[in-house]
Amino acid sequence: MSAQPFRAPHGGRIDRRRPLGFTFDGAAFSGFHGDTLASALVANGVTLVGRSFKYHRRRGILSAGVEEPNALVQLGAGARTEPNMRATQVELTGGLAARSQNRWPSLRFDAGAVNNFFSPLLPAGFYNKTFKWPPAWWMGYEFFIRRMAGLGRAPSAADPDCYTRRFAHCDVLVVGGGAAGLAAARAAANGGAKVFLLEQDFCFGGALLASDAEINGAAAADWVDGEVDFLNGAPGVTLLARTAAFGVYDDNLICACQRLGGGEVFDAEKTKKPRQRLWWIRARRVVLCSGALERPLVFPGNDTPGVMLAAAAVTYARRFAALAGRNAVVFTNNDSAYDVIPALHEAGGAVAMVVDSREGGAGAAAAALAEQHGVTVRRGAVVTAVRGGRRVRGAVVDRAAATVDCDLLCVSGGWNPTVHLFSQAQGRLRYADGIAAFVPDGGADNFTAAGAVTGESGTAGCIAAGAHAGAAAAAAVCGVGVTVSDAATVTVTGDLCASMEPITALWTVDGGRGKAFVDFQNDVTAADIALAHREGYSKVEHLKRYTTLGMGTDQGRTSGVIGAAIMAGLCGRTIGAGGATTFRPPFTAVTLGAIAGAERGAEFMPLRRSPLHHWHVNNGAVMVNVDLWQRAQFYPRGGETMMQAVNREARHVREKAGLVDVSTLGKICIRGRDAGVFLERVYINKWTTLRAGRCRYGLMLREDGFVLDDGTTTRIAGGEYYMTTTTARAAEVLAHLEFYAQTVWPELQVHLDSVTDQWAAAALAGPRAREVLAAAVDRGAAVDNDALPFMGYAEAAVDGCPVRLFRITFSGERAYEVHTPADYAEAVWSRLLAAGAGFGIAPYGTEAMNVLRIEKGHVTGAELDGTTLAADLGFAAMQKADGDFIGRRSLERPGFQAPRMELVGLAADDDKPIARGAQLISEPGLPAQAVMAGHVTSACYSANLNKEIALALLRGGRGLHGGKMFAASPLSGASTPVTVTSPVFIDPPGERARG
Amino acid sequence: MLLIQCPHCGARAQTEFTYGGDATRERPAPESVTAEEWLDYVYLRDNPRGPHLEWWHHAAGCRRWLKLRRDTATHKFVP
Amino acid sequence: MRVYVSRPRNFTAAVLLLCAVRYSLYTLAKNAVTGHRRWPPAWRQPQPKKKYAVVVIGGGGHGLATAYYLARNHGMCDVAVLEKSYLGGGNTGRNTTIVRSNYLLDANAKFYEHSLKLWEKLSQDLNFNLMFSQRGVLNLAHSDPQLDEFARRGNAMRLNGIDAVFLDRAGVQAKVPLLDCSPRTRFPVMGGLLQPRAGTARHDSVAWGYARAASARGVDIIENCEVTAMRRAGGRISGVDTSRGFIQAGKVAIAVAGNSSRLAAMAGLRLPIESHVLQAMVSEPVKPVLDTVVTSGIAHMYISQSDKGELVFGGDLDGYNSYAQRGNLPVLEHIIQAAVTLFPAVSRMRLLRTWGGVMDMSMDGSPIIGKLPPPNLYFNGGWCYGGFKATPASGWCFAHTIANDAPHPLNEAFTLSRFQRGFLIDEKGAGAAPGAH
Repeated sequence: MSAQPFRAPHGGRIDRRRPLGFTFDGAAFSGFHGDTLASALVANGVTLVGRSFKYHRRRGILSAGVEEPNALVQLGAGARTEPNMRATQVELTGGLAARSQNRWPSLRFDAGAVNNFFSPLLPAGFYNKTFKWPPAWWMGYEFFIRRMAGLGRAPSAADPDCYTRRFAHCDVLVVGGGAAGLAAARAAANGGAKVFLLEQDFCFGGALLASDAEINGAAAADWVDGEVDFLNGAPGVTLLARTAAFGVYDDNLICACQRLGGGEVFDAEKTKKPRQRLWWIRARRVVLCSGALERPLVFPGNDTPGVMLAAAAVTYARRFAALAGRNAVVFTNNDSAYDVIPALHEAGGAVAMVVDSREGGAGAAAAALAEQHGVTVRRGAVVTAVRGGRRVRGAVVDRAAATVDCDLLCVSGGWNPTVHLFSQAQGRLRYADGIAAFVPDGGADNFTAAGAVTGESGTAGCIAAGAHAGAAAAAAVCGVGVTVSDAATVTVTGDLCASMEPITALWTVDGGRGKAFVDFQNDVTAADIALAHREGYSKVEHLKRYTTLGMGTDQGRTSGVIGAAIMAGLCGRTIGAGGATTFRPPFTAVTLGAIAGAERGAEFMPLRRSPLHHWHVNNGAVMVNVDLWQRAQFYPRGGETMMQAVNREARHVREKAGLVDVSTLGKICIRGRDAGVFLERVYINKWTTLRAGRCRYGLMLREDGFVLDDGTTTRIAGGEYYMTTTTARAAEVLAHLEFYAQTVWPELQVHLDSVTDQWAAAALAGPRAREVLAAAVDRGAAVDNDALPFMGYAEAAVDGCPVRLFRITFSGERAYEVHTPADYAEAVWSRLLAAGAGFGIAPYGTEAMNVLRIEKGHVTGAELDGTTLAADLGFAAMQKADGDFIGRRSLERPGFQAPRMELVGLAADDDKPIARGAQLISEPGLPAQAVMAGHVTSACYSANLNKEIALALLRGGRGLHGGKMFAASPLSGASTPVTVTSPVFIDPPGERARG
Repeated sequence: MLLIQCPHCGARAQTEFTYGGDATRERPAPESVTAEEWLDYVYLRDNPRGPHLEWWHHAAGCRRWLKLRRDTATHKFVP
Repeated sequence: MRVYVSRPRNFTAAVLLLCAVRYSLYTLAKNAVTGHRRWPPAWRQPQPKKKYAVVVIGGGGHGLATAYYLARNHGMCDVAVLEKSYLGGGNTGRNTTIVRSNYLLDANAKFYEHSLKLWEKLSQDLNFNLMFSQRGVLNLAHSDPQLDEFARRGNAMRLNGIDAVFLDRAGVQAKVPLLDCSPRTRFPVMGGLLQPRAGTARHDSVAWGYARAASARGVDIIENCEVTAMRRAGGRISGVDTSRGFIQAGKVAIAVAGNSSRLAAMAGLRLPIESHVLQAMVSEPVKPVLDTVVTSGIAHMYISQSDKGELVFGGDLDGYNSYAQRGNLPVLEHIIQAAVTLFPAVSRMRLLRTWGGVMDMSMDGSPIIGKLPPPNLYFNGGWCYGGFKATPASGWCFAHTIANDAPHPLNEAFTLSRFQRGFLIDEKGAGAAPGAH
């Protein structure tokens, strides 16, 4: 472990009593509690930390925060590895293992750097201009392009950690815990508001943590501690550090991600804690105090490791007591960078020279600082070249022959207010010439900005602005007058260079040799922007898309405004006229797992289970997920295969009796004086003639004339009806009925309630079904053909449980649907099985149910696919001749007349299965192309018929019974000769059901 | 995420609702219109950029179909 | 496929074409020597003329492709493309770049297959690398009904001469190692339908490539030119009022999917279309982990990895009419939940960017390409999710329709009148509920 050669002997908000060991590319280092990975690397004198995306150039740490484009590392290993982490935001933890990315074989010797040599051939958009010939080679070119691209490596195993979610409501949400944010939170809390304060860093204070200001006589950082203590004790205030607000959605829903458990990498198995928490916070008012980010300058060699934003160097020196260099040159176009002089000096370094691009030089305070420290200031000068490879060795000023020696080049091109969330809140932005950057310009509802994000300069000004905004937000919500507390009237001393003004915009340094980078991560240079302009890609959105400027993981936080400004200059337009690109969520990248929360894997989308679920599982059923439901597919016995079990179950129903769980059917209770009239208008068939105690099969259409759903409805008594729908369409049908009942025919007195979950249902089917039922019902309730005829309804009890008995059939056998309140499901089901034991009853699953309905030509989802008409399915005769019903008027169109796809049966001419999804064609084999006359909707082997059969939709099919077709499935390589038949294979007159 | 003022339940999250589209359409009595007018009702929609009268079904709440006006450019509900 | 190329009929266009700088490794190297200071604009930026034979409204992929094929296939170079903002600023630059022709219904299958065939040669035809990458599109089946449905579609594709392969679970796992094919998950994978020739392309390049090629043939491409009204004379559209003045037009063609209803309203028409927002999003870039485009209908999610290394996700519509080009949280959340369910290893990756595009959702989920009632007004819209992949065929057929005043055989079915006549092209069977397609 090394001795941290660049750590100042004292100072900084680090805990020197708590040293932490970590590794970078396998080498062991140490830092302290309170460090970031970046500050610890700086303290250890590590300057080369990464390679750029395209040219694989050497890169060092540029910033000290969220804007970092270069210092991206891969953390951890195995399933817990995480790529592309900004070292500037990674909280140092003991044992942290970081690796550099996008290099091979090592960071120092990266074979990919050959791209840098070829860079003349790789300007913006080069890939559009080449790799076109020969056409077949593109996939080969692309193979290599893909491997060169990308940054870190994704984990290859499932994420072992968990994530959590919390919803919250508050009066005032303050984003950013710097000077303005702390003041805003205090003022809002004093105004009686329920307040949230979010800070993405692991400690509050923002820029104050690196400020030399004294507030009310205390060091800025101590003032921060006092404010945080106050807020922690204030009622109704929630302080969240390590919490990045990343998205603003409609009606002030702020989405934020909180890192839990301390550092970036922690062992969830040890802590058993969730790793991150996603907050959805609905705020009545938002006060945005997100501060500002410094931007670099664009000059040749500006990407050499050791070129660092001035404020970052100050932050490393003051907050972390880490020296980014011992001998610095400062290159700036504004006063704020002069703060480097005292900051480095305090930490034991020195500034060799300030290169100030402004002819007039700095303002009085900054100039005095330079003079006081004996620092040479070159006014009206620029840095035109940088010496050094793995670390800056010197800077060339104004193309002079001599080099100014330095090991750190601090740059400041001005400040960009962090307006992203304001823009997400649909606020307008305005280009402010005074600070040469975009600032908020109103337009966001219940969303204000305060402090540096508005271009406000200086600690005192930011505190005052924050306090005003916080107080105003609280006043607006709590309905009291604005009272700004004493926090607004702090006394600030020091803070000499905190101003964003005066600035003289310097967007590029002309005339030097070498690459001048605008977007460091994506290797976009000033020359690339000029090329984009030359080729006509001069709109900011085209610039972004053509050059990839601002498309990296730093999302253009340092490059966006510079790029827009350079382009504006080339076009001769103002920067404001060109506009900024649109800011969208997320402001900072968010872990996918945090967004997903707990609803993933087996818990993704709720799985619905029948009240009989446990019985099925306990009795050996093979369960299957069908849409929202899990159902019993079949009940294998002994060593039965699925096919054997299904054949047995299907035969059993036709020969003896079977019981199937149909609780998943949609069930709707329809009540009211006009319920009958309502049904008359909903279904295509006649309903007003239905007597109490009778069931009827019904078909309903959408308003465009296609079949929506089918099912049976029973008139329980008087104005009470009980409707069943298909499992898949239950929710859709209820919403459909409600729409018509509430909005189209509000004059009808009818009430609809979903009772799907309230009633369990079992279908008892087979020739012995009546005997089973008679044995099951209490005290010999009559279930004979007179008491409960086909399509009849009766009420009874089974083992003391109330049941509704419907004499309806899906299998075509004599059958009863037995519905019972869900709590009684297992009791009734068990009693039916027990009662049927003597009659050979057996449960059957959805697979056999499907075989039975295919044998009878009953339609389900495959036939009711939203493109079939009632007539297509053979229900033309059911349609009533007069009166309105939903969809009727749409049926008269030419496209709805014959020949259409009509429901038919298919029987295989040999014993080969009819392939699922086969297309019906008129020629044998598998031709390369063919005219398709129809298709198989449902196919099965019928054990009862000992035949391969299917249902199909066939053009003009009803006129083709007896004809020969081929069911062709190129996918499976099968082509089966079939005979077209009626879709009803078993008992066409329907005697079994009626008897 | 939209915050929807349900007249029966108060302000509720959008996730409780399903959307029903253009609510300016009124189902004509089928016999009172020509076939073409009927099919216009079935298929044509008002689709403005700006205020739009539309159906929202409070599916996970009171289950009422609500007729609300919302600006399709800003997503804000308007009177 | 019959490829026909007309010689430019007017002199200016011929000269322009001759003078155009080719893009190639050779010219790239040549320009490298001069520091890339001699590249000409990719497309000319002319002032609008007073009058054009054809005015195409909409400078997205479809409008630009239409103009290109009007010039290339039909020798019509007196064409202007009017774009209200910047080229490709609508859905061309907002989609998830998927190109496929895995459709069930004949009309769609034939149309999109024609498109796919054009894609296969488009980089060479336009002399602009669109990075069309045939890495395959795999639809996952998670249930028996879906296996039926995919088998039906795959068989139909094959019999329409389109490539399709069925993969069982082991085949899916081998193709997509990152996918969780275990039985423990919510929607266990049962198989998949793969179209190997399908893939992705670089979306912005499509607009730029067509713009450059059309401009080289004499088409005037006019950005920042918003159409504000249509003028009528004698039952015809005489021209359009724009933010840059009145432009007289022999024929007016609308290709502004997302905003179709607004343009149609200028001509006094209502359409069977709603505008809905569809989101897309990308993760931070990583080294290659996913070679195939994978979609799951049940989970409502699709995913691919771009050449840059970003995972690209998409899903369902946000569910309400919108022109806002921004998505909302619930759908984003659902897509991410689906992604980490199907690909549990991506959970630690991070979401980098999200965006939304405004889609023309038609009443049967299929597009409309054809004539509108005024005799010289043509319409191209209603693309739903199919717009990007359709770009070449859409331009091809729309240009044919405009030039011949009659549809190409491939867009005969995509008329506006099909709704009245009952010849719907409804892949999903969702009916007149645009949000459900």
